[in-house]
Amino acid sequence: MTVAAAPVLVSRSRARRKISWQTISDHAILIAGSLLMILPVFAAFMTIGASDVEISRHGMQFTDGSHLAENFDKALFTQGGFTGAITGSTMLLNSFILGIGFAIGKIIFGMMAAYAIVYFRLRFATFAFWVIFTTLLLPLEVRILPTYEVVHGMGLINTYTGLILPLVASATATFFFRQFFLSIPEELVEAARIDGAGPVKFFFDILVPLSRTMIAAIFIIMFVYGWNQYLWPTLITTDEAMFTLVRGIKQIYQSIDGGSDIPEFGRALALAFIAILPPVLVVVIFQSWFVKGLVESDK
Amino acid sequence: MVHVALKSISKVYPNGVRAVHPTSFDIQQGEFIVLVGPSGCGKSTLLRMIAGLEEITEGELSIAGRVVNDIDPAERDIAMVFQNYALYPHMTVYNNMAYGLRNRGMAKADIDAAVSTAATMLNLTEFLTRRPSQLSGGQRQRVAMGRAIVRNPALFLFDEPLSNLDAKLRGQMRIEIKALQRRLGVTSVYVTHDQVEAMTMADRIIVLNGGRIEQIGTPAEVYHQPASTFVASFMGAPPMNLLPAHYNGNGRVHLSETIHIEAPVSADYSGQVKLGVRPENVGIVDSSHPDALRFDLEFVEELGAGRLLHGKLGDSGLIVHIPHTDPIPGGEVYVGLPKSALVMFNHETGMRL
Repeated sequence: MTVAAAPVLVSRSRARRKISWQTISDHAILIAGSLLMILPVFAAFMTIGASDVEISRHGMQFTDGSHLAENFDKALFTQGGFTGAITGSTMLLNSFILGIGFAIGKIIFGMMAAYAIVYFRLRFATFAFWVIFTTLLLPLEVRILPTYEVVHGMGLINTYTGLILPLVASATATFFFRQFFLSIPEELVEAARIDGAGPVKFFFDILVPLSRTMIAAIFIIMFVYGWNQYLWPTLITTDEAMFTLVRGIKQIYQSIDGGSDIPEFGRALALAFIAILPPVLVVVIFQSWFVKGLVESDK
Repeated sequence: MVHVALKSISKVYPNGVRAVHPTSFDIQQGEFIVLVGPSGCGKSTLLRMIAGLEEITEGELSIAGRVVNDIDPAERDIAMVFQNYALYPHMTVYNNMAYGLRNRGMAKADIDAAVSTAATMLNLTEFLTRRPSQLSGGQRQRVAMGRAIVRNPALFLFDEPLSNLDAKLRGQMRIEIKALQRRLGVTSVYVTHDQVEAMTMADRIIVLNGGRIEQIGTPAEVYHQPASTFVASFMGAPPMNLLPAHYNGNGRVHLSETIHIEAPVSADYSGQVKLGVRPENVGIVDSSHPDALRFDLEFVEELGAGRLLHGKLGDSGLIVHIPHTDPIPGGEVYVGLPKSALVMFNHETGMRL
């Protein structure tokens, strides 16, 4: 009996050990990956606490200094830039306006374009869709000179409209909404027709509420995308009062603190840290909506 | 009183496919009409043309005395129940029913009254605040019915409303829909591919095949006096037996060289025919019976309430339905084909003679 039972025991414990090695290596890889992602952010945060002199002498810091609050305060509320007309909080506001305006604009345009393509028997609707789709091959960076020329001609330099409008026509959002609308059963459209809902009513009463999760998902993607815009804001805003955070950090970093010749590392890092927060928060808060919107449909 | 009139209605799709050949029929006030046929026979297209979801290529459609060819679905005074219910998933049961009324600008108090009446009728009162996703299939079907009822329409249209339900629920909902229609007295057109639904629910059945009407008649007429071999084999489970035979106009039908019986009709025709008889009308008889025909029994299917005897009469297959109280015949089996239960079809055209 005991002889017969022994091999079973051995093989079982061997199997268990195998699994645990697997688990350990899995975790090691995951932990290493996480550290790789977190450490730079952690170092940046800790370095904010150091004085500019210390940073310039010793580089990034991993222990907290005493200048954390001071540097954050300076980053947000002290005037900076060449003209001294801009504070961190103004840039933060500008970034929010760009991010939100960009995301909402893309959603509105994308939904309306997709609505027209999917639900109206237009001639060349498919062709129009593919034309829109191919604009994916022509991002702003490719058409930046003509776009600048047009925006300049319209007198929209240094305005929020000029900052947002050229970016909102979006093949991505149109594509996502088109695919979503195509998955809505035809019978629902017909039921609404019999219920006396015209095109406008159908759009607002049925389509928009059904697209809630989709809208949330696209909002997150587009907000982060808009928030991180660098090239276009750099071109279109010459007035420092219109600077966004992402482009403004460089300006702050370059401006030399009065008297000393040391760049304001602490302040720039504080701004960089602040610039990371909103996209992270948006993703964390709307994460469940995001997954829902991309994975399941509320039908 | 004629309530809905179709005059030579036809449908040709832009790609040239003719889904419905010119079709005419009238529907009386309060009548329950079932359009039945295999898939692709044009029954749904016909219904969707009545609803206004599909344009009418040619012909004239009138509902309650008004030509509605160019009138929007919402203005036709119809209500439709769809196969997949087509409930608005983001709205509560109440709002699903009220939506159409709101769009018509009905006063809030009237909407409340209409919805609560319908909800009571359909046992949905306790579910009014729920979303469709929180309801069972049968309940969703009732909400779809409710949405149709609250409108108090001139015409109900049903597009295979029970095909998504399981067999037991289907039987139950069949009775509910029929009872509700009786109670409300609303003229109804019901599309199905299920001949049992057609038989049990219809006042009149319209059998369609290949975009054409094969027969219009009461369930009994369609069942016992099928107009064509298509109707004979489509209606009934198992379908009508169709035996190839020869008829030379002298009052006798020849099933083979040696087997011949009295013809059910005296048609001015001679040539190949098909002799139709329902399985339950074939009788097991004694060998001494004057019209006894030798039946080669092959196997027996037990149905509980009865039995199906599968076998051969001469060279052609024959199914005989006997009640469960009768014994399974053994040895040499003889059957009789009663003249009154026989129908004869032209072999070429499939039409009844």
